[in-house]
Amino acid sequence: MSKKQNKLTPEQQKYQQFAKKREVKRPVIKNCIKAFLVGGTICTIGQAISTFYMYYFNFTEQTVGNPTVATLIFITMLLTGFGVYDHIAQFAGAGTAVPVTGFGNAVISASIEHRTEGFVLGVGGNMFKLAGSVILFGVFSAFIIALVKTILIQWGGL
Amino acid sequence: MLSGNRTWNFENKPVIISTGAVGGPFEADGNIPNDFDLLHSDLWMNQDSFEKAHKLLMDEACQKALEKAEIQKEQVQFFLGGDLINQITPTSFSAKTLGAPYLGLFGACSTSMEGLALSAFIVNGKGANYILTGASSHNAAVEKQFRYPTEYGGQKPPTSQWTVTGAGAALVSDKGEGPRVTSATIGKVVDMGISDPFNMGGAMAPAAVDTIETHLKERGVDASYYDLIITGDLAHIGREVSLDLFKKNGTKIDESKYVDCGLTVYREEQPVFAGASGAGCSAAVAYGHFLNRMKKGEINKILVVATGALLSPLTTKQKQSIPCIAHAVSIENGGV
Repeated sequence: MSKKQNKLTPEQQKYQQFAKKREVKRPVIKNCIKAFLVGGTICTIGQAISTFYMYYFNFTEQTVGNPTVATLIFITMLLTGFGVYDHIAQFAGAGTAVPVTGFGNAVISASIEHRTEGFVLGVGGNMFKLAGSVILFGVFSAFIIALVKTILIQWGGL
Repeated sequence: MLSGNRTWNFENKPVIISTGAVGGPFEADGNIPNDFDLLHSDLWMNQDSFEKAHKLLMDEACQKALEKAEIQKEQVQFFLGGDLINQITPTSFSAKTLGAPYLGLFGACSTSMEGLALSAFIVNGKGANYILTGASSHNAAVEKQFRYPTEYGGQKPPTSQWTVTGAGAALVSDKGEGPRVTSATIGKVVDMGISDPFNMGGAMAPAAVDTIETHLKERGVDASYYDLIITGDLAHIGREVSLDLFKKNGTKIDESKYVDCGLTVYREEQPVFAGASGAGCSAAVAYGHFLNRMKKGEINKILVVATGALLSPLTTKQKQSIPCIAHAVSIENGGV
């Protein structure tokens, strides 16, 4: 912030302070509450799906994760395709972005968007336009954590 | 002709003999559906891509303007237009359909008045008898390019604006009946260092203020000379900031006569955040709604100030600030 401000001329800085007064702020607390409720609801649905699979099918608590995630992503796909998901997301914010449904939506919406440019360069090339960095930094963070854990166990005597 | 540094007075007073305004489904549900010549009920408009639908909007706006004036497209000597898509392809493809000599313009959302100012200049200088000028935008095509995929669930802040699906075209001629273009002030790029692409109203306000104040000074009139001063797409935040700036600079402007296209096109209840934006916003609203009101005689002298944010998705990602521009054109009724 301060580094960026240094580059601005005094006139620009003055205007920014001036314009800030009129800027409508994001309702952060309201957004947090909405995100908590919607995110919680999605997780509750996920839990219900897990319990359903464990009760009616041959899944254990360890193996039920994959079919649950697949089901949630399938539902997300339908909601995204029918144009409902983005409206829910405008209301929910982080509530729909953080769970796996947000990841699914990022992939699916990009696929739909670039369908007109063909399957290979359009859908294939742009599918992970948004989600790609989630995968990259997700894998990278996992690697760092694994490294830290290994070092602690090997030399830390944990 | 030239008055001051950047204002043109058009002594031959080119006439806007007809206009065409086309809108999409969200506009049909908006505040001024009756001012559109044609409204689409679907964003796809029976095309297989949003970009093709975008081109269709421009085609139809031009066609409507020609139909209403009973002019054949072969009679159009020049076509000046633009939009927001990369390399302004919708307008260029539309120019292919039209077949007229074409000058492509890019002024972001200020393109409509950039085109009208240049058209009036050419007609005034006897460079042409009929010039067609217009601008268009398509919500999904523009969102796709500038922001995220249309169905992506990203939460937008309250300062963001909604891109209009629409096009407006005007046929400018040296003779005929209709409102007359009397002067134009070309804007200069103003950058106040705002870099948030979700707050374009705030970024564009200083450009609008600069152009309006210069116009009034160079034309030698007060703001009260105009029945309405119409900004392009400043929306709620930009409008308020610009009013604050006028007050600070000591320019007297009657708030009730200072309106914004971005606040006119939709109803308050529609979820458009701060208001509307897009190249089609000022084009469709000025050529549709406000010129219709002029023809009815409700208003006689207007100053349309189309505002544009000259950013690209690339400059935004590289954290550069948003340079902005505003062009003003005065349109007046009768034998002024």
